[in-house]
Amino acid sequence: MTEYDLIVIGGGPAGMASALSAHRKGVEKILIIERDRELGGILNQCIHSGFGLDTFQEELTGPEYAHRFIKKVFDEKIEYMPNTMVINLDSEEGTVSATVRNISHGEKIITAHAAVLAMGCREKPRGALNIPGSRPAGIFSAGTAQRYVNIEGKLPGNKIVILGSGDIGLIMARRLSLEGAKVECVAEIAPYSGGLRRNIVQCLFDYDIPLLLSHTVTNIHGRKRITGVTIQKVDENFKPINDTDKYYECDTLLLSVGLIPENELTAKTGAEMDPVTRGPKVNDKLMTTVQGVFACGNVLHVHDLVDNVTKEALKAGEYAADYVLYDEYEKKIPWGDAVRPPIPQKEKNTVPEDMDITHQVICVRCPNGCLITADDNMNISGNKCKRGEEYIINELTKPRRSISSTVSNSDPDHPRLPCKTKGDIPKDKIFDVMKEIIHLRHNGKAQPGDLLIENTADTGVDIVATGEV
Amino acid sequence: MRDIIIIGAGVTGCAISYYLSEYETDILVLEAHSDVCEGTSKANSGIIHAGFDAKPGSMKAKLNVRGSELTRQLSKELKFGYIPCGSLVLCFDRNKLEELEELRERGEKNGVKELRILSHDEILDMEPQVNENVVAALYAPTGAVADPFDMTTRFADSASLRGVEFRLNKKVTNIERIDDHYSLYVKDEVFEAKMIINAAGLYADTIHNLVSKKKIKITARRGEYMLLDNSHEGFVTHTIFQLPGDYGKGVLVTPTTHGNILVGPNACALENKEDTDTTSEGLSYVRESASKAVKDIPFYDVITGFAGLRATLTSEEDHDFLIGEPFDAPGFIDAAGIESPGLSSAPAIGEMVTKIAADRLHLKKKEGILPIYRDDKNPHPEDNNILCRCRNVSEGDVIRAIKRPVGATTTDGVKRRTFAGMGRCQSGFCNPKVVEILARELGIRKECVTKNDEGSCHLEGDLNDRI
Repeated sequence: MTEYDLIVIGGGPAGMASALSAHRKGVEKILIIERDRELGGILNQCIHSGFGLDTFQEELTGPEYAHRFIKKVFDEKIEYMPNTMVINLDSEEGTVSATVRNISHGEKIITAHAAVLAMGCREKPRGALNIPGSRPAGIFSAGTAQRYVNIEGKLPGNKIVILGSGDIGLIMARRLSLEGAKVECVAEIAPYSGGLRRNIVQCLFDYDIPLLLSHTVTNIHGRKRITGVTIQKVDENFKPINDTDKYYECDTLLLSVGLIPENELTAKTGAEMDPVTRGPKVNDKLMTTVQGVFACGNVLHVHDLVDNVTKEALKAGEYAADYVLYDEYEKKIPWGDAVRPPIPQKEKNTVPEDMDITHQVICVRCPNGCLITADDNMNISGNKCKRGEEYIINELTKPRRSISSTVSNSDPDHPRLPCKTKGDIPKDKIFDVMKEIIHLRHNGKAQPGDLLIENTADTGVDIVATGEV
Repeated sequence: MRDIIIIGAGVTGCAISYYLSEYETDILVLEAHSDVCEGTSKANSGIIHAGFDAKPGSMKAKLNVRGSELTRQLSKELKFGYIPCGSLVLCFDRNKLEELEELRERGEKNGVKELRILSHDEILDMEPQVNENVVAALYAPTGAVADPFDMTTRFADSASLRGVEFRLNKKVTNIERIDDHYSLYVKDEVFEAKMIINAAGLYADTIHNLVSKKKIKITARRGEYMLLDNSHEGFVTHTIFQLPGDYGKGVLVTPTTHGNILVGPNACALENKEDTDTTSEGLSYVRESASKAVKDIPFYDVITGFAGLRATLTSEEDHDFLIGEPFDAPGFIDAAGIESPGLSSAPAIGEMVTKIAADRLHLKKKEGILPIYRDDKNPHPEDNNILCRCRNVSEGDVIRAIKRPVGATTTDGVKRRTFAGMGRCQSGFCNPKVVEILARELGIRKECVTKNDEGSCHLEGDLNDRI
């Protein structure tokens, strides 16, 4: 007899979706194990919007997207154990045992019939890039900086250079600009950005931040705190070109240079790994080579959108449910062949250098980022959908944006409450709105959707909470 | 007035303080940086050399062989990281076999035990990753690796328990000899002592030259390294050197006590004693040179590159260690020019300097059993809060590191005492948590928590401070 039918390791989007789908298929005793103090995973610090278009047909911020799943986990009374790290995982004769450590319960072993690995991924550090130079304070991976700003309310720096133009890097460029830091530039070694076109426009161009394609950081300066970086142009083999070096003064360098599945624990189970995805090998039922151990989400391979993580995790939960509910399952069906999950094509976005800004815009209504042209008679071309038409007219005449930020919160354990504009505000009002957000002090409880500021900066738009405190 | 002031809390200064703490005497250690083990001691190969390299009769030869023996014993007494992995010097050229033989003879003269020349097949049996064109190797079973951070901090912790006082962030800028004692100036403070021990590493020349007319010069020679992920533990299991050849001295490939593989160093003489920058040329050289000895090194899994500075006594032709009293500065004892094999020699230097000091000041040994710092093994609830997933370090481990006799006050200090931040994510995950614990335990704001010395804050402000 095992304690649980299924344990899910990780309470982020992948873990929650797989637990929910297994539960709906009839698995009763499920436990989600989460190392942080609450469910939601990295979504809790991704306070910007852009999540959920596929899953909920509306655009949500990270905390809102997480909250919808957290609510379902609560409603369906799925058990979860926060503040708990799984330090070992074994599978033997149909029993999976997880050695966990929890601050209140100490170390113990939890047994289950099956497990879903949903630990997510982590960022590549500086070392992986071999950037020469000094090793001062002030070098962060973009996600670490994001945590400092959005969860802890700390500013990592005032004058910032970002290396890597993946979405996290772009999002952080905007986030830090909104909070008053000066982002000097975003350097990208590839001749294109790995981020969405929409993010290039809304996170960089809106704040006059240069995007330096085919450039990389080739030296780091400063003994105690970073004082500057050397940036060089690179050739088609990514080799720095002589005499193109330029010094950028900064007190902070953010690295947004890629993600790797987090597989410390997976490796301990003895599961075979896929050197391409850097996640475990799985069969068509998302089972790893270890019996009863399934994997989904970013631990399996790094996904482009959280909606796709959810989709995959829902399936993993169902497969795990089949395994748990039908005893004969494992005998009848051999493991089969390794099936590599479809790996999303990396975005390869550029913005045309000869873009005519009086007639052309990059549509930011959705992640497609169409380049749309309107001629003098307002004949519109280049849009993939109807929304593009409306967008270019607005963008050329009265551009609007939605913004996300955080407000100060009285609870020292949750010093920031994430928030957003409920609708678009005129682009030129962004910093007026930010001023009101900065001055607000929130006290007490809040739920996503709670009104924080009515009619912010006379825009007719409200500021609402996007997270729970 | 103190009996003794030691300038410098690197491995040399800390080893001296440890041995001196066996005597009835009043000792103060002044360190310019924010922590012990902040200079040369923190960035080196971590090798405990067997002792065949140094010229017979030299201070280096004598102290290396003795030090390597003492390090092995001390690793058990003080319980610092130490692996008796043995070392190999590879020879890839038949014409150089004679040099290998000379090295063996030199080692024997120095008193290194069990040295043996290995054949091609024997080498590949021991280290299958060695390039197949290897001809022979000198095998030294007494070669080892140690954890330089652990060794230094444990010397300091035990010395502190025995009454040695450590004052950090105290850079000595001037020394005056007044009658039978010395006055040391640190900003607006003055410290007095009957005896000074100069263990100031790269700046031992500056300190020496303040008191002696016979000037010395120390040159920083930088060595760059690459550290590979500990998932490759076992890739090589011995310290692998190359016989000095056409490519210079060649770099080494070695396991570390932390389960990583370390590759490096190159050597580059510098004017600037603070320049620990890595360079793309230096790292490329390290990569190429190591690849000549060992094949398929997993450089795709480098987790960090770093550089350390060797304190070479260039004013002396043989670059030997300088240990003893200058003719014109009685009561001032140098432990200068401590470059490789400095880590290996540190305990022997400690022993030797202590003997000089004890004789001079007629010190008496303390009676009874002296305390040795032991890790707090009592369980704490915080032990179950794992905050470093690469190295499984808990909040309890970090709190203990802060509460040690010479405890961590910086994130680098925590890293060197717990390994949190030393793993493959290089502190991406644990940094905010370590900053939070340091702030809480030290009673300071998070913005005031530093990486190492003053001015190395991780954060630049709180969002609430803007109004």
